[in-house]
Amino acid sequence: MKVGLVLFPGTNCDHDVVVASNDLFGADPEVISSRSRELPANLDLLFLPGGFSYGDYLRAGAMAKVSPIMKSVKEFGEKGGKIVGICNGFQILCEAGLLPGVLLPNKTTRFISRPVTLKVENSETYLTNSLSKGDLITAPIAHFEGNYFAAPEVIKELEENNQVLFRYCSSEGEVNHEDPNCNPNGSANSIAGITNAKGNILGFMPHPERAIGVGVPLDNPAYERGASRSELFSYQG
Amino acid sequence: MSEKYRVIVQLKSGVLDVQGKAIESSLGELGVDTVSDVRVGRVVEFSASSGDDEIKKLCDELFSNPVIEDYTIEKIASEKIASERITS
Repeated sequence: MKVGLVLFPGTNCDHDVVVASNDLFGADPEVISSRSRELPANLDLLFLPGGFSYGDYLRAGAMAKVSPIMKSVKEFGEKGGKIVGICNGFQILCEAGLLPGVLLPNKTTRFISRPVTLKVENSETYLTNSLSKGDLITAPIAHFEGNYFAAPEVIKELEENNQVLFRYCSSEGEVNHEDPNCNPNGSANSIAGITNAKGNILGFMPHPERAIGVGVPLDNPAYERGASRSELFSYQG
Repeated sequence: MSEKYRVIVQLKSGVLDVQGKAIESSLGELGVDTVSDVRVGRVVEFSASSGDDEIKKLCDELFSNPVIEDYTIEKIASEKIASERITS
C-alpha cells in the first residue's frame, strides 16, 4: 500500500501520522512538500496532517489551499483517490472545496486540548470499517477552530447521505449539541468528522493518530469482535 | 497604473462571531454597558494594476471564505479625499 502525506510550512503532526501509518498499514508514508506540483504516481492514500500551516494566517487552511501541490491533490480526490485530512488537514480540505462547510472558532472562545469521546456514525469507510456504527472511541482534540459549520441544507444532506463520520459525545455516549460536556466546540449537530459524497475523502478534527493503542477503551465491544488495539482504524481495501 | 484598494471582509449575519462575543464580555470589565452586537472583520489593503474582475476573483477565492463571509471592495483615492465603493 502506497501512502503519502503533504507537508505544508507549519504542519507539525506529520510524525504522528508516520508512526500511525506504519503501525496500522505497515506503510511508511512518502513525505510530499506542498511546493511540489505533482503527487507521486500510484498513491493509495494521502494524509493531510494537522498543525498550523502558514500560521493559520488569513484563515486556518486558507493559504495552504493555494499551495502548488493542491491542484494535484484536487485531481487525485476528484478521481476517487483516498484523502484523509486531520485537524488542519480537515480545515484545508474544506477551504479547498473538497469537503463542504467550514471550521469556525470554538464556541467557548478557547483553544481546547483534551481527550474527547466520539461516536462512530459511518463504519463503512476504508478507515472505519473495522468498527461498528455506534462504537465509542477516544481521541484528543487540540484546536481553536473546530466548530464545524455549514448551511442548514448542507448539514441536512450530510446527515441524509450518511456523510457524518464521527459525532462528539459524552464519555457515556450521550450526544447533546448544546452541552459542552458532549460537544466541546459547538459544532453543528455535534459533527466531529465528515466524508465527501463518494466516501473517498475524509476529514475530522480529532487526532486518533495520537491515540494509537489507547484509542479504544478496553471494555469496548470492538475488542470482543477481535479488533486489536492497533486495529482501531484498519484499512480493508 | 497601480491603484490602491481596501477590501473589508466580514462574517455573514447569522454566523456566530466568537471574537465579537469575547470582546463584548470584556466591555463589561471596562464598565461599558451601552455597546452590543460587536462583530470583528478583517481589512486587506493592496495596490493592483489588475482589472476589477481579477480583484473580485481574489476576494472570492482567497481573501474571503464565501461560506461564511461577505466583502466590500473600495478604491482608495491616493489623495484620500474620497473613496469609491465599486462593489459589495
